[in-house]
Amino acid sequence: MAQKTKLSKNLMRMKFMQRGLDSETKKQLEGEEKKIIGEEHWYLDLPALTKRQSFLLCEDLLYGRMSFRGFNPEVEKLMLQMNAKNKAEVFEDKTEEVDVSDEEMARRYETLVGTIGKKFAKKRDRVSYEEHENGDVKLPKEKEMFLKPRD
Amino acid sequence: MLAPAMAEVVAVAAESLAGSRARAARTVLNQVVLPGEELLLPEQEDAEGPGGGGERPLRLNAGARSRVRVVCGPGLRRCGDRLLVTKCGRLRHKEPGSGSGGGVYWVDSQQKRYVPVKGDHVIGIVTAKSGDIFKVDVGGSEPASLSYLAFEGATKRNRPNVQVGDLIYGQFVVANKDMEPEMVCIDSCGRANGMGVIGHDGLLFKVTLGLIRKLLAPDCEIIQEVGKLYPLEIVFGMNGRIWVKAKTIQQTLILANILEACEHMTTDQRKQIFSRLAES
Repeated sequence: MAQKTKLSKNLMRMKFMQRGLDSETKKQLEGEEKKIIGEEHWYLDLPALTKRQSFLLCEDLLYGRMSFRGFNPEVEKLMLQMNAKNKAEVFEDKTEEVDVSDEEMARRYETLVGTIGKKFAKKRDRVSYEEHENGDVKLPKEKEMFLKPRD
Repeated sequence: MLAPAMAEVVAVAAESLAGSRARAARTVLNQVVLPGEELLLPEQEDAEGPGGGGERPLRLNAGARSRVRVVCGPGLRRCGDRLLVTKCGRLRHKEPGSGSGGGVYWVDSQQKRYVPVKGDHVIGIVTAKSGDIFKVDVGGSEPASLSYLAFEGATKRNRPNVQVGDLIYGQFVVANKDMEPEMVCIDSCGRANGMGVIGHDGLLFKVTLGLIRKLLAPDCEIIQEVGKLYPLEIVFGMNGRIWVKAKTIQQTLILANILEACEHMTTDQRKQIFSRLAES
């Protein structure tokens, strides 16, 4: 009813007055402060010209070590690696050099799930693993949780 | 290579110097520029009207001008808000691939004397071993220092096997006119990536800096043709040094001669030489 007494700006900036403010007013105050500080900073009104002495970012140069016709196999591997990095190409040949085929990997993983699962299963569930050892691995049934009564 | 262009350079440069008007960098791309010329950046061309003569309109809100970040590379320097050319050569420009920035301008010049630059991969010769560091001669004004820990897998107990007189392929981490250059043989992740001591045998020789950059360009035909001759290994240092190695001494010497001579050969002469070599 009585009008709020106008508090000074400095008073509003004090820490104990800021606690009661909501986020919006806080942001507004912060913005005003930043503007004041920003305008005080002097800057050169020149175009942003950074100076770099290196030729590396001017021209895309290849990697400095090279080997041809198998003279140094490690350097040839390095050549492919470093030049591919520059051009950001994905080296697709890698997929052909797999030691283990995908199918065998899937088969092993299937059984792996069972062996590891057995380790963490409780004694009650371990029984269900052992019963089905010969064929597929059956995962133990879900733990029965307490059901709340409907009413 | 530069002879036919000299006539046009003299004509154009004289005209621009006489008129004392700076040319726009965009119009001078791939042309020869001389030291002392001033170039305007694209955003300033509008300011210089047709009768320009150095007058600049006063602006009330200077901050409204769009600021494009342009990088001035080797051979250029900032002079006020223009680019000042400090080396003679052809002006080149590269558009920015991604992100902000107005691209890079630089002068493609030729010189034999190398000045260490941070990030460059160079071949150095170990001249001294003092305490924990090696002194490596890289062709600059002073020898660079290389710490013995700056090799892959090096620890205080496990020192790298580097002797005086060995060749080292490394990169600079500190290289400015105020301090002694420092180089290392690992990258920022701690991996060697091909840097370190270069093997025994082989031949080290010196060429101009421009030739190295020409040979390391992605579409260089010389390197492709050389690679078809016989098995060989080459290491290029940005300080103008090349190390080559092949199976026999004769092959190594042939390779060194080709690389030194190909700077001044035309394409036809080069093809002739390669075909003669392929026959023998």
